[in-house]
Amino acid sequence: MVGELSGILEHVDRIGNLDLEGVEPTSHVVALENVLRPDEPRPSLPRDVALASAPDPQDGAFRAPSPQAE
Amino acid sequence: MTDVLDLTALEAHEAMVAGDLGAEEYTAAWREAAAGDELNAYLWRDQGGEEAAAIAVERDCVAPIAVKDIFTTEGVPTTAGSRILEGYRPPYTSTAVRKLLEAGAPVLGKTNMDEFAMGSSNENSAYGPVLNPWDRERVPGGSSGGSAAVVAGGLAPWAIGTDTGGSIRQPAAFCGIVGLKPTYGAISRYGMIAFASSLDQCGPLTRTVSDAALLLGVLQGKDPCDSTSVGIDGGIALPGREDLSGLRFGVPAELRGDDYDSGVRAVFEQTLRKIEDLGGEIAEVSLPSSEHGISAYYVIAPAEASSNLARYDGVRYGMRAGGDGDLIEMYETTRSEGFGPEVKRRIMLGTYALSSGYYEAYYGQAQKVRTRIAEDFSGAFGSVDFVVTPTAPSVAFKLGEKTDDPLAMYLNDFFTVPMSLAGIPAISIPAGLAEPEGGGPQLPVGFQIASPAFSEQKLLDAAYALEQGIGFGARPGGVAGA
Repeated sequence: MVGELSGILEHVDRIGNLDLEGVEPTSHVVALENVLRPDEPRPSLPRDVALASAPDPQDGAFRAPSPQAE
Repeated sequence: MTDVLDLTALEAHEAMVAGDLGAEEYTAAWREAAAGDELNAYLWRDQGGEEAAAIAVERDCVAPIAVKDIFTTEGVPTTAGSRILEGYRPPYTSTAVRKLLEAGAPVLGKTNMDEFAMGSSNENSAYGPVLNPWDRERVPGGSSGGSAAVVAGGLAPWAIGTDTGGSIRQPAAFCGIVGLKPTYGAISRYGMIAFASSLDQCGPLTRTVSDAALLLGVLQGKDPCDSTSVGIDGGIALPGREDLSGLRFGVPAELRGDDYDSGVRAVFEQTLRKIEDLGGEIAEVSLPSSEHGISAYYVIAPAEASSNLARYDGVRYGMRAGGDGDLIEMYETTRSEGFGPEVKRRIMLGTYALSSGYYEAYYGQAQKVRTRIAEDFSGAFGSVDFVVTPTAPSVAFKLGEKTDDPLAMYLNDFFTVPMSLAGIPAISIPAGLAEPEGGGPQLPVGFQIASPAFSEQKLLDAAYALEQGIGFGARPGGVAGA
């Protein structure tokens, strides 16, 4: 995979030398600003439904291994 | 009556509305056809039962539809082609599918795809590759390969897919059908599993341009659940244009002979002559930055993917592996076992491109190239109505032919990526057949037409006129005529 990644980066590097001084970067193609919706309460997923796909639910919560190594 | 499976989705819809065709028997006929899938194109099929009931329609009067397995469907398996989502049954339904259900289109099945839509051949699916119905030793294209194969292979009347850098248009071209990537924002992305959020867009894969228009009309619209959605002003009507008079089609001056196969070129040039026969005018346009599209795309898309895919952490849903160790070990094991090689490659590329010290050189620069590409198109649309190119540099290639060379695979998106970066709509229609390089039976070639943002109606009208003029009647197996 190292060789593959190097090959891809080499290709990608072609844009590195383009003179794009002063060009505005595009992060979003449609001219939209401050899209807001009314702040109205709506029902959220019931807890049991939200937990139904969890690999290890317990006591109504998601259970994960401890971040502290033992 | 002719075989109901030969009807286009629009014809079937009209027959159902007129009462000449029973919705139940029509849908049953398609379920039976889908059950005969030998292409590995479906990952899930509606065979009744509890799963199907979760997303049932109240009245079906629109043709049943195959849905790329990237759209969440409540209670129905949704994998995005990944091992990490094997067995996942989402608790909600995507807006696109909800709109289909509300319109009366039952979901026929969920289609195979490149894992998280990353790929151009469907060989990156964790559930095995899809076979091209024209030649089972060849790829159907990707990432919406399953959706293209079911439509071309007579396993579904129509389908939806997603296109990030060509993932609807290229498989449509490889399978000899119509594929439309709408303007970014035309259709809600809510419930569409994210790959690269600034590029991903839902769209139709259909037998005809009219079917694509009908489907886009159902799917488009602003959605409060997706703040980037805007919809298409005035909606979409069925296309009816009969000629191309008064329309100008721009061919990029930068198109070079060695960019694509000679067979593809012959069909492309023949299609340009057809445009002139129909009264259209061919002009040259300049898109100087498009040649850097692939470079910019393969920075931006992996960067966004590396962020989006962080959600697969083995905690809230999806697969977990290595849960006996500490948290970091669990993350590592889950992702090592859950993600395939292409997804890992892109996460690494993306995190590298976003890392401190490289951000400006890669991501910042790529976003500026993106601006230049969009400016090229706006410039071109000052003098022409459409920009046209071949959809892909070759016809469908052989399974395994490019799997060892990711860069060669990426370059397959050469003609489709610039439109994605600019956010503009583009359609691929089947334009003819060509022999693959190295010989073999003839395979379909796609012709791509792009137009300014939110001008889908004009694009569909022109594509319809050209489709009628071309009269592409070939089907897999060499059966001519519809």
